[in-house]
Amino acid sequence: MAIALHARSAAPPDRVVTLLNVSYDPTRELYQDIDRAFAATWKARTGQEVVIHQSHGGSGKQARAVIDGLQADVVTLGLAYDIDEIAERAGLLPRDWQSRLPYRSCPFTSTVVFLVRKGNPKRVRDWDDLVRPGIAVITPNPKTSSGGRWNYLAAWGYALRKQGGNEGAARDFVSRLYRNVPVLDSGARGATDTFVQRGLGDVLIAWENEALLVVKELGRGQFELVTPSESILAEPPVSLVDKVVDRRGTRAVAQAYLEFLYSEEGQTIGARHYYRPQLRSVAARYAAQFPRLRLFTVDEVFGGWQKAQRTHFADGGIFDQIYQPGR
Amino acid sequence: MARIATLQAWVSPSGAAPRRDPAWVRWTLVGTAVGLMGLFLVLPLAAVFAYALEKGVAAYLAAICEPEAWSAIKLTLLAAGFAGPLNLVFGLAASWAVARFDFPGKSLLLTLIDIPFTISPVISGMLFVLLFGAQGWFGRWLTDHDLKIIFAAPGIILATTFVTLPFIARVLIPQLESTGAEEEQAALTLGASGWQMFWRVTLPNLKWALLYGVIQANARAMGEFGAVSVVSGHIRGVTNTLPLYVEILYDDYQLVPAFAVASLLTGLALVTLVVKGVVEWKASREHGGAPELASLEERAA
Repeated sequence: MAIALHARSAAPPDRVVTLLNVSYDPTRELYQDIDRAFAATWKARTGQEVVIHQSHGGSGKQARAVIDGLQADVVTLGLAYDIDEIAERAGLLPRDWQSRLPYRSCPFTSTVVFLVRKGNPKRVRDWDDLVRPGIAVITPNPKTSSGGRWNYLAAWGYALRKQGGNEGAARDFVSRLYRNVPVLDSGARGATDTFVQRGLGDVLIAWENEALLVVKELGRGQFELVTPSESILAEPPVSLVDKVVDRRGTRAVAQAYLEFLYSEEGQTIGARHYYRPQLRSVAARYAAQFPRLRLFTVDEVFGGWQKAQRTHFADGGIFDQIYQPGR
Repeated sequence: MARIATLQAWVSPSGAAPRRDPAWVRWTLVGTAVGLMGLFLVLPLAAVFAYALEKGVAAYLAAICEPEAWSAIKLTLLAAGFAGPLNLVFGLAASWAVARFDFPGKSLLLTLIDIPFTISPVISGMLFVLLFGAQGWFGRWLTDHDLKIIFAAPGIILATTFVTLPFIARVLIPQLESTGAEEEQAALTLGASGWQMFWRVTLPNLKWALLYGVIQANARAMGEFGAVSVVSGHIRGVTNTLPLYVEILYDDYQLVPAFAVASLLTGLALVTLVVKGVVEWKASREHGGAPELASLEERAA
């Protein structure tokens, strides 16, 4: 009943508790299932009913909304930098938030792969094919979309490692790639729509889970997934929003919600939605679903998100220098 | 006012016979108009309903009966329900002040009334975030008092009201100016109180224009996207209005539900058009034409 004591509103100490999970774009289907399963588990454990509300949008935009006062109990965003921003600008959670949960607060990982049209008519096999003249590449805007940033860094990391660490060569490779991009959508879902529904482009650079969703469910038989030789380990993290849960008196249930993501059941739901699970037993069961490839992390190649953000995506950063719209 | 009326009557050539253009000109113009209308208005409208009913009536009804759809419908009605009366009071007060009184800053007031029409709805939404967001001017105070405006129903109502504010004032001002103050002055001379004059003379003269303004404002309130999108927070089943919900469904690849809900909004637009037609027809029978009413649509566009 700590919940009732903390709640400052005049509402009666009811048996229903609500949580708001503010998340990024492509996790809608995942959290619908997670929410249902968690509600059942929580009810069985405590007898209390929990209703979880969802809000989805581009990761950066969602972080902005939380900073502006969207009352998120938990945030499940596309990259650590966006949660850092919430800590930095609004002080709603401690700066060391990422060390509070296992695997640096990432219950699932993903990577960046290619989606091509059936039969792979342009014969796209690896990153090098994306910079060929005459290939139209669809990828979201890295300034606004976390997916867009992972895609950009994956391309950069591939080129850097292939050229033995030559920054100039990597920069040249990535600018050639973005010259092949006819339109930058603001979010990952928008980019998928552009490729799948509007039929634009030869190849979509996408989250693996988004690409698998399209191949297996939406456009069955119309698209193929191409796994590059090497890509980035995408780590979308989760966190409590301390100031909000303490004000609302929801810390216990919010914490349990995040821990549920790491449980056998939570991990299985994640894997079913094509997110790579952390738990060994679940990963083994779904091994066939996830192609094996060499994965590098942001920390290894870019020295962490803060640095990557400053160098590449800040105003006047490398992305601004290499990307000129309409060329 | 009376002098202006006579002047207008004198300027407009009342007895001139209408000029007739050759038949091919008339038919080309009519054909082009009808063709374009079919292409840009009728075809998309038909497409909305065709997509919505693609998987049958059962799927259509199921999409509309979803709890999330209901919550969107309720929130939309709530926002429009608040915006309507607020607009009515503001519209009456503002148009009365502008049409009946001369005061310094009158043209400034007229310009201010138009502001919601001239700035982009997205900017309107951001203004409210800057005022009431957690980092905004009143953010600290609101948080301390546990009051929620942005990312909750009050913010959505505020944004909707702001965006639709000029509609009623904009139809009432020309109507009040054209009826003039003589009847009201006569009522006052005969000993009526201010309220009696307002209820028995002014309001009956305004009723069709008023109704017209309310319909227009209401249609816009229910369809508003930009401003509401900024202040909504997109919490599913809580702070999504109908237009926001349509976008979400579309982004979720749920085409049939998206168009089913869109068809509700389309249906509302059609009802609005019919009611508007009836009001215009009634008004023209009572007043012998209400050309002022047309001016609003041009402004709104």
